[in-house]
Amino acid sequence: MASLRDIQTRITSTKKTSQITKAMQMVSASKLNRAETNAKSFVPYMNKIQEVVASIALGSKDVTHPMLVSRPVKKTGYLVITSDRGLAGAYNSSILRSVYKKIQERHTSKDEYVVIALGRVGRDFFRARGIEAIESVTGLPDQPSFADVKEIVRKTVDLFSEGVYDELYMYYSHFVNAIQQDVTVKKVLPLTEIESTGGRLSSYEFEPSAEEILEVLLPQYAESLIYGALLDGKASEHAARMTAMQNATDNAKELIRNLTLQYNRARQAAITQEITEIVGGAAALE
Amino acid sequence: MKTLNVNIVTPDGPVIDTNVELVSAKAQSGELGIMAGHVPMVAPLQIGAVRLVTGGKQSELVAISGGFLEVRPDQVTILAQAAERAENIDVSRATEAQRRAEQRLQNKQDNIDFKRAELALRRATNRLNVHQGKL
Repeated sequence: MASLRDIQTRITSTKKTSQITKAMQMVSASKLNRAETNAKSFVPYMNKIQEVVASIALGSKDVTHPMLVSRPVKKTGYLVITSDRGLAGAYNSSILRSVYKKIQERHTSKDEYVVIALGRVGRDFFRARGIEAIESVTGLPDQPSFADVKEIVRKTVDLFSEGVYDELYMYYSHFVNAIQQDVTVKKVLPLTEIESTGGRLSSYEFEPSAEEILEVLLPQYAESLIYGALLDGKASEHAARMTAMQNATDNAKELIRNLTLQYNRARQAAITQEITEIVGGAAALE
Repeated sequence: MKTLNVNIVTPDGPVIDTNVELVSAKAQSGELGIMAGHVPMVAPLQIGAVRLVTGGKQSELVAISGGFLEVRPDQVTILAQAAERAENIDVSRATEAQRRAEQRLQNKQDNIDFKRAELALRRATNRLNVHQGKL
């Protein structure tokens, strides 16, 4: 049995750990709050752009644009959105597991796909498996503004236009609520899955022409799809970290309870032993 | 006079939602003036200022960094990647960006950098102009 002092040390250190996890949980809770607000303020922009894209792309059949056309797939792009830091439960591992499984199922050689990594964990995961991400961004702030990700997002869309890959899938974690986040796969490019947002398809006049508008509109639409997923992913990350830290705090409490019990038992045993020794000693004197 | 609703939205949230009499914007094909009852239309915008004229000849300028404009008879929506009202413009940042872009244009390197610097310069200049109330 461990000595009294050993148990005491373990109790103290567990208590300190639980203080840290508790603090991290509260930090994540407040970050989650702000991430949710950010995601909400993005919704009107997304809805509007979707509405306009749908009414142009679906409304006039004779308009085409390279980004709307599926071409034979020689190379697939995977955009993987993860966090920079760990301690977020299964957040990163479930995304990465899902991408990696898909890649292994679908491709036999490394020439058939490329990876773009948003977040350090994802980049390092692929690096450890000998796949170097062609583009990666790390150190994004917890509340990314559109300006922070403009560069990478634009590059991702450009790489498609330049023909580096012929389709682009995006893997991220969709925020359902504070305790549920789902790994989501979305085909970003080509834009064949434009959802119509209802029957409000008004017929527009185009100034100067539908093609030229699509030229501006579609990259902007694809960029906002990615930005939206990033905001969604950030909210999920904070939620996942909050839950993980909550569990850690609970486990620490349980551990402290058990250790305290053990400590008291050991203390009791030591006292009993001392009394027995004294009584034994006194009896020997008589 | 009849008014129309103007909505300027960016990925970072809505910037303006208000009622005005006239919206004046620089489209890629030229200057556009839109009043209530306009034909439904979509047009891409240049980097430039959007002027919102409310009753009594009062007007407000908003700096727009590209994007496009959607018009319906009673509503105008501007979807921009960045938009700021004159009073929200960070002057020191814009001045700094302008200086940096000019410097890059001076020492000409390859083509892509040149184009990007030019766009950055136009955005910065636009912000500064809007801040000073110039069109």
